[in-house]
Amino acid sequence: MSMAKNWKDKMWIVSIVYFSLGFFNIIFAWLGMLCFIIPILMSVFGKEKNFCNGYCGRGQLFTLIGANRGISLNRELPAFLKSRWFRYGFLLFFMIMFLNMLFATWAVFAGNGSLNESVKLFWTFDLPWKWANRTGGKIPLWTVQFAYGFYSLMLTSLILGLMSMLVFRPRAWCVYCPMGTATQMICKIREGEGL
Amino acid sequence: MTASVKKRKKAKVLREDCVACGACVNVCPAAAVIIHKGIWADVDHDRCIGCSKCAAICPASAIRMEIS
Repeated sequence: MSMAKNWKDKMWIVSIVYFSLGFFNIIFAWLGMLCFIIPILMSVFGKEKNFCNGYCGRGQLFTLIGANRGISLNRELPAFLKSRWFRYGFLLFFMIMFLNMLFATWAVFAGNGSLNESVKLFWTFDLPWKWANRTGGKIPLWTVQFAYGFYSLMLTSLILGLMSMLVFRPRAWCVYCPMGTATQMICKIREGEGL
Repeated sequence: MTASVKKRKKAKVLREDCVACGACVNVCPAAAVIIHKGIWADVDHDRCIGCSKCAAICPASAIRMEIS
């Protein structure tokens, strides 16, 4: 086994470290942008779905817990959750929620909104997360607001993924993961395939 | 007396349902699966040993075991 395969197989650790860091200092949430930018750039520049296939720490984590540890109920995903309508609809929903988060960031930047030091789960429930703001006013508030918003998005999707892993198959989240849907869509467009 | 030839089942990908996540590639002990252009999984039937690990892990249930 080559060294390259070794480190690629350990990306699940990166995922755990990322979510742990968010408990100590919310600004680390910005690192999650790499999980948005890298897969998109890879698919746009001809690396297909290599991120999902080999580098996604979240996918590895679900396999590790759900399949290797055997805690997944391994049930088949209902047909509607596998349908294109749902997958593209979920991608659209995530994009709208991302824009909504950017709007909140903009409001803080423009001085029209105050910093919300909470993690919003499922776009609804505010979890107090004030302790993780350790910036001490040294950096612009909007960067902190973005970090809270982005961490909310990442944590919500992780919980959805874990729930999917438990109830359905270990990597059920991959079926409707917005990044997976977006990168497959880009690949289809590149190859002239129907969506 | 005719010699019976036992046909082994092989993995078949339902391309319409495949999300190209690569879960099948990672579990295949025979390295028989590749992801074609980031769109769907493709099984090399000459390599496939019919173990059905890919069908079991596929989150979209897009792999069936069929006699080829």
